[in-house]
Amino acid sequence: MPADPIRLTLPLNPEEAKELRAGQACLLSGPLFTLRDAGHQRLLAEMGDSKELPYGLTGQTIFYAGPTPSAAGRPFGAIGPTTASRMDFAAPHLMDCGLAATVGKGHRSEAVRQACIDNGAVYFVAVGGAAAFLAKCIESCETLAYDDLGTEALRKIIVSDFPVFVGIDTMGEDIYSLD
Amino acid sequence: MLTVTPGDIEALLLPLIPQLATRVPDDILSGLVAARETETGARARIVLDQLVQNACVAADDCVPICQDTGTVWVCLEAGPDVLVPGDVFSRVNDAVAKSYIDARLRKSVVKDALFDRGNTQDNTPAFCEVHFVDEPGVCRLHVMLKGGGSDNASRVVMLTPSAGKQGVIDTVLACVREKAANACPPLVVGVGVGATFDKVGGLAKRALMRPLGTVNPNPDAAAFEAELLSAINATGIGAGALGGQTTALGVCVATAPCHIAALPVAVNMSCSATRRATVDVPTHVVKVSESEGE
Repeated sequence: MPADPIRLTLPLNPEEAKELRAGQACLLSGPLFTLRDAGHQRLLAEMGDSKELPYGLTGQTIFYAGPTPSAAGRPFGAIGPTTASRMDFAAPHLMDCGLAATVGKGHRSEAVRQACIDNGAVYFVAVGGAAAFLAKCIESCETLAYDDLGTEALRKIIVSDFPVFVGIDTMGEDIYSLD
Repeated sequence: MLTVTPGDIEALLLPLIPQLATRVPDDILSGLVAARETETGARARIVLDQLVQNACVAADDCVPICQDTGTVWVCLEAGPDVLVPGDVFSRVNDAVAKSYIDARLRKSVVKDALFDRGNTQDNTPAFCEVHFVDEPGVCRLHVMLKGGGSDNASRVVMLTPSAGKQGVIDTVLACVREKAANACPPLVVGVGVGATFDKVGGLAKRALMRPLGTVNPNPDAAAFEAELLSAINATGIGAGALGGQTTALGVCVATAPCHIAALPVAVNMSCSATRRATVDVPTHVVKVSESEGE
């Protein structure tokens, strides 16, 4: 267990990603892309047979989150991780196409774990239920697509010192399986 | 006789929904603070620190505790001398829509689970029910904003009678082991045992209304709750499911009669942002005709 969190700048540097180990506390700064259930269905449908990630997602990090509207002078009143396993149907393909990392909460499938190994990708875990606290780490927000989905739209947000743990590292080690 | 009006329910909900969304209930916050004091797991301490700080940020800035501001569940409990009109919930959706829009809460409801997953844009409809209780003069409202992640982690299992208490323990522990990480622990675990397939989930959900720190009036159930809580926390799953001593803040058990062939069990998971309140509903005295009064 590290005493101090590791500071990471997004988009994630592939060499830095390889050094991360499941269970480490990190602070993320830079762009995250929020997307969840319905947005993933849209994204896969839009990509079709293409291996190209749209909306500048290549090398980036998707945050599984559906925020509340702006409040208290911040882009969102509350924003926190949703259950990542619901996006397991899409995550391996997106990682194969160049997605570098995901942020969510809870267990992932074996296919996602394997995709992290195969692609040098990382799954970060954020604290569920701390969404007012996490909202203070959001500096800005821009809606990129699927605005009609409301909270489920694709948004690019800029975060500063956003606290997470390494959930699955590039070796496939899982935070939920640690002793 | 007493009665209750749709306007009374609406007037209660309008301030209550934003309050629930932005304030961690006292019993839950006390549990989180106490858990943080004693936690030795390094990652769980970080989680509990964030959750306690989160409660402060939400209260200070009047923002939602959790981005999932839930579906609204409203349960009216009425005693034998309370006349409940058929339209008693007719203004609940108005209150929900106004609250969710004005308080800038998240709209998390789709029009139809299967055939039209378009968002209703105002978090309606609420899920409402009436529950008759054998307590004269009682007219109270349970309100819960139920998050999707913890509800998804819930289950109903139809055990056989021979499975007994151990079967219930095993069912609860299996659910916790498999699903706690998705349900935002420290959890509050509602357990319903008995009734029928459709009713047992309601038992588990209503059990969640009992504040932590209060003793179950049924001594057998109180002892069973202590046994379950101890077993759940012995898993070491901990806050955030990242390893620690406090996987659950409390377990609430409700039991009921059932068929000789049955042992229905429901586990309704609730998260560290368990948002619920029970409030008294103002009643009005009404005259009833002699035939109705008999």
